[in-house]
Amino acid sequence: MTVPTDLRYTRDHEWVRLDGEEAVVGITQYAADQLGDIVFVELPDAGKAVEASRPFGVVESVKAVSDLFAPLTGEVVATNDALAGGPELVNSDPYGEGWMVRLRLADPADLDDLLDAAAYDALVAAG
Amino acid sequence: MLAALGITSVDALFADIPDALRATPLDLPPPEPELQLAARLRGLAARNRTDLVSFLGAGVYRHWSPPAVDQLLLRGEWYTAYTPYQPEISQGTLQSIYEYESLMAELVAMDVVSASHYDGAAATAEAALMTCRATRRERVLISRGVHPHYRETTATYMAGGLELEEIPLVLEGDAAGTTDLAALEAMLADTERPVAGVIAANPDFLGLLEPMPRMAELAHAAGALFVAVIEPVSLAVLAPPGEYGADIAAGEGQPLGIAPQYGGPYLGILASTDALVRQIPGRLVGMTTDLDGQRAFVMTMRAREQDIRRDKAASNICTNQALLALAASIYLAIIGPHGLRDVAANGAARAAELEAALADIGVERLHPGAYLNEFAIRVADAPVVHRRLLDRGVLAGLVLAEAMPDEPSVADGLLVCATEVTTSEDVARFAEVLAEVLAGRPPVAVEAGAGGMR
Repeated sequence: MTVPTDLRYTRDHEWVRLDGEEAVVGITQYAADQLGDIVFVELPDAGKAVEASRPFGVVESVKAVSDLFAPLTGEVVATNDALAGGPELVNSDPYGEGWMVRLRLADPADLDDLLDAAAYDALVAAG
Repeated sequence: MLAALGITSVDALFADIPDALRATPLDLPPPEPELQLAARLRGLAARNRTDLVSFLGAGVYRHWSPPAVDQLLLRGEWYTAYTPYQPEISQGTLQSIYEYESLMAELVAMDVVSASHYDGAAATAEAALMTCRATRRERVLISRGVHPHYRETTATYMAGGLELEEIPLVLEGDAAGTTDLAALEAMLADTERPVAGVIAANPDFLGLLEPMPRMAELAHAAGALFVAVIEPVSLAVLAPPGEYGADIAAGEGQPLGIAPQYGGPYLGILASTDALVRQIPGRLVGMTTDLDGQRAFVMTMRAREQDIRRDKAASNICTNQALLALAASIYLAIIGPHGLRDVAANGAARAAELEAALADIGVERLHPGAYLNEFAIRVADAPVVHRRLLDRGVLAGLVLAEAMPDEPSVADGLLVCATEVTTSEDVARFAEVLAEVLAGRPPVAVEAGAGGMR
């Protein structure tokens, strides 16, 4: 397993890409593979405040439903509308076209609390 | 286990149940031999009146049901089949659900039908919750033209955080007894408290036809969803909810081959547009082909359901009334579309005959609007008249003062209904007996005294 080194990760298998004061969030390839074919992603409306470690959405596959946990505290500025018609993007391109929400972070310094690629790799390897 | 739950007594688990509803020790007589018991039960059963000429509807309707419906239901394959949790092995059960959903989707002209719900009230309440989930709003408007029991059930489902408000009825004029559109507009205009859904029934509880397309328009203009509460037989002759822009249809399936039987078990119909497919609770069955290219039925979108999604399920108060859904399917398959139109049209014709016969003895309708097969009549001292007719073998519908005590505009009303099983003799008998009672009715005070001695 190799994960992109320019991203940060949570123990709940979300990834975060910092983009100025904003952060793009998705789920990792490992999470997508574990869930199987993803058929639906329920995301919050823009403007909604999210709190680190609290559920902000739901991802549904043919065999399971999982909460999405906010990696950081902030406000939703955009969601990936393409997932409404193409939830399989999460499986095919989890770090790219399968992104889920863009957050305006309350404090970009919170990013330091997240795992780096090596730490996340180790977490997955440990099972 | 109590420690794990963080409570100290079993009673704490039941704290949410009001004391008045708690089970108390049953005061039962001592055991009896079977013969004696059977005789006692026969005696109790004999107290049921089956000799009445009935004009009672109010949400539950008498219809002729082909004997094949009940006979087929008795087959063991159906009788023992609950919705399977490893479903694909039970292709026959899935096919029956698929056919129910297909037949019902055609009837309501909507994309998705779930199988199924306890009754029309539960389906309506689920529809209300669907509108809140889909719009992420918390306020639902329900017309007072919706069956009072459905309104109560919906209020119960919404208790604990969601708001349910009633839209008043028009009190006088041509639209009397239907939903007050001006009031609806005013309620929708409160942008501080955006509305998730608007719920109205067609025909309404008083039997009147509602301006459903207009209400759908008003709801949508405010960003709300529109829920149509329907009576399935009527859809053979009235516009189905899919045609006037309803987002959800809910209703009671009892008229489709299910005998009127106390409070149930009945069949809740729930249908929606494709856009709401992930919000609709209950089983959805689809048809596909298997690896060998053969037709196969599958339970689909199960991840919305309680066995997988647990506390995030679309509903945790949901069951499939599989046997009753099957009864509705068999009924529709036997009766067919033309037959169902005949059922609805005959009911309407009998009701028109009833209206004319009552008008002949000077009894008028309470509202001027169009109806299908049920309407309210104006009778002074309606509860007393109703009782006196019962003594003479006529069940004169429903006393509206009792069903809608908070609606003074119908205080003098009896809600009467006719279906295809109503005969011209029944109608003549009702008119004759009602005329007698109205002519010979002693002053109310005397009657009230006499009633006390009954």
